[in-house]
Amino acid sequence: MTATAPDAAAALAGGSQPLLQVEGLQKYFPVNRGIIFQKQVGAVKAVDGLSFNVNKGETLGVVGETGCGKSTMGRLLTRLLEPSGGSIRFDGRDITHLSRAGMRPLRKDIQIIFQDPYSSLNPRHTIGTIVGAPFRLQKVQTDSGVKKAVQDLLALVGLNPEHYNRYPHEFSGGQRQRIGIARALALRPKMIVCDEPVSALDVSIQAQVINLLDDLQDEFDLTYVFIAHDLSVVRHISDRVAVMYLGKIVEIGDRISLYEHPMHPYTHALLSAVPVPDPVKESKRERILLTGDVPSPLNPPPACRFHTRCWKAQAICKQVEPPLVQIQPGHEVACHFPEERVLV
Amino acid sequence: MTQEMIESAAAPRGAASAFLELRDLKVHFPTDDGLVKSVDGLSFQLEKGKTLGIVGESGSGKSVTSLAILGLHKGTRAHLSGEVWLDGTELIGASKEEVRKLRGSKMAMIFQDPLSALHPYFTIGSQIAEAYRIHNDVSRKAARARAVEMLERVGIPTPDKRVDDYPHQFSGGMRQRAMIAMSLSCNPELLIADEPTTALDVTVQAQILDLLRDLQKEFGSAIIMITHDLGVVAEFVDDLLVMYGGKCVEYGTVNEVFYEPQHPYTWGLLSSVTRLDRVREDRLKPIAGSPPSLINVPNGCAFHPRCPYEPQTGGKGSTVVPELVDAGKGHLVRCHLSAKERQDIFLKQVKPTL
Repeated sequence: MTATAPDAAAALAGGSQPLLQVEGLQKYFPVNRGIIFQKQVGAVKAVDGLSFNVNKGETLGVVGETGCGKSTMGRLLTRLLEPSGGSIRFDGRDITHLSRAGMRPLRKDIQIIFQDPYSSLNPRHTIGTIVGAPFRLQKVQTDSGVKKAVQDLLALVGLNPEHYNRYPHEFSGGQRQRIGIARALALRPKMIVCDEPVSALDVSIQAQVINLLDDLQDEFDLTYVFIAHDLSVVRHISDRVAVMYLGKIVEIGDRISLYEHPMHPYTHALLSAVPVPDPVKESKRERILLTGDVPSPLNPPPACRFHTRCWKAQAICKQVEPPLVQIQPGHEVACHFPEERVLV
Repeated sequence: MTQEMIESAAAPRGAASAFLELRDLKVHFPTDDGLVKSVDGLSFQLEKGKTLGIVGESGSGKSVTSLAILGLHKGTRAHLSGEVWLDGTELIGASKEEVRKLRGSKMAMIFQDPLSALHPYFTIGSQIAEAYRIHNDVSRKAARARAVEMLERVGIPTPDKRVDDYPHQFSGGMRQRAMIAMSLSCNPELLIADEPTTALDVTVQAQILDLLRDLQKEFGSAIIMITHDLGVVAEFVDDLLVMYGGKCVEYGTVNEVFYEPQHPYTWGLLSSVTRLDRVREDRLKPIAGSPPSLINVPNGCAFHPRCPYEPQTGGKGSTVVPELVDAGKGHLVRCHLSAKERQDIFLKQVKPTL
């Protein structure tokens, strides 16, 4: 009795804690000069202090402009890159600095779907080889052979199982993305990082793939980290959304409060810039035009990184970095002058 | 036969009255696997100061149409037929040299990917000046001044310094601005923008669309905007042409097509997009299947294998190519369903889901 009580408490704690916990995650890419005597002259701060949690079975959407560190973050979470600082805990276990060998058993649980379905499939391998690779690499025994398992997966993602022996070039973009999804699903992962999975696809095919991702989440209780630059796709698929700017999260909140009551000026600008497919509504919307481009992450602006493009910037924005603070339950903003604004 | 009658009734032969008019444009590519009918009988008109949007999936013939207008299929194996009238000049029958003179000065194009459309070995300034000097007899110095002026016009900061930069020194948004500066350097009256913002972030997209709108007001150019983003279309265009399998399936003003769409493919497009302005609680409603291969376009209506209403046509969908008919006030649609059937389906089944 006394022996089981702590176990039960631990199990309870294990059940309620988030699947993924990220604390102060950083990735600096060194910039070197010289050929023989190389020395570091700077660093690209691609990801600079991210903290967030992802609960089991939920979808966290990550949005931001090109170069804000979304994809680097995805690669850090899957440990395709080594973090420079901070920590990543997956399922209660610290995976921040695990070696390749140490990471290997966890690869079953963490998978990734890539953006470009043309370059993420080996053109010289058949679909059977590609989707069957996880089974062989992880030495997973299946009930009735790898081929049967692969054919079941192909059927699951809506492809013809008889296409087992075909090559990637025989498929269209949408079908290739389904192959990528089948490969990611092969070992029944707990979490999938989707790095722009639909942005290379046509609208009608996009909807098919989004529905597929939705169905699979329901069926296998999957957790998604969904990286995309398309804010309307993210609104559709996510439970919570994080907005990134120059390697930092500027606003994070559940879908409804973030889209209907956005607080950060950058979120305002992003939301107002997306055209709505409705001509009358579109002509009445206000548009916030940001000037210029995202500053270089090699030398990001001090304090609040958005102050160079922000129309509300004051002296304090150039001196003190705003922390990510909770404004409402489940809605955090990093801004000195947060203000609600209705934009969609 | 009836097809011809309708088209000849809609567009009397002889010189066109509209600024840009396409009549039954066909672009076919012979390949080892068969004839690819990329564009198969496309007709439309566009006046100056107006914007026409062309939407459709990849491989529906959008870009091939724009290249045909610019005469960029000349000297290739492509088989072109039909007529393209630009301000009273017919372009399909014109010689390569004649079209070359018009290209750049009277009509210009903005390409989707500025990094591959700009030459990496030459500075931005020299590329803009080259286009200007071909059509205007001016000194190098004057052309360079023109390049600086154009860069300033499109909002590049410190244009007198950036004019000597190479394309790789520009960011994606700035490269697209430089492309626009180049295409506008000779004040073209027709501007074809082929997915000008697809590769850009939304914030930059808003800047570029704003810029194009201002420039259109200033110069009164006609713009053809090719895109697959229905949001951009809703914001930017006056008239909208929906292409499928190399043919126009619906044409109308942007309000007609968005609020009273007539073709099942347009319904599918509108109901499959994710929306920023509202949450769809249930699942998206995608169009089943994938776009047709243009080598082997389905018989009859090209959309029939994916069309949920095909059984209602009584077999006509898979055998007869529907004609482009007027559904009222110049709103054209290519569908076998009767106007009443379309109205019923749209109001009862499609509209509630949009």
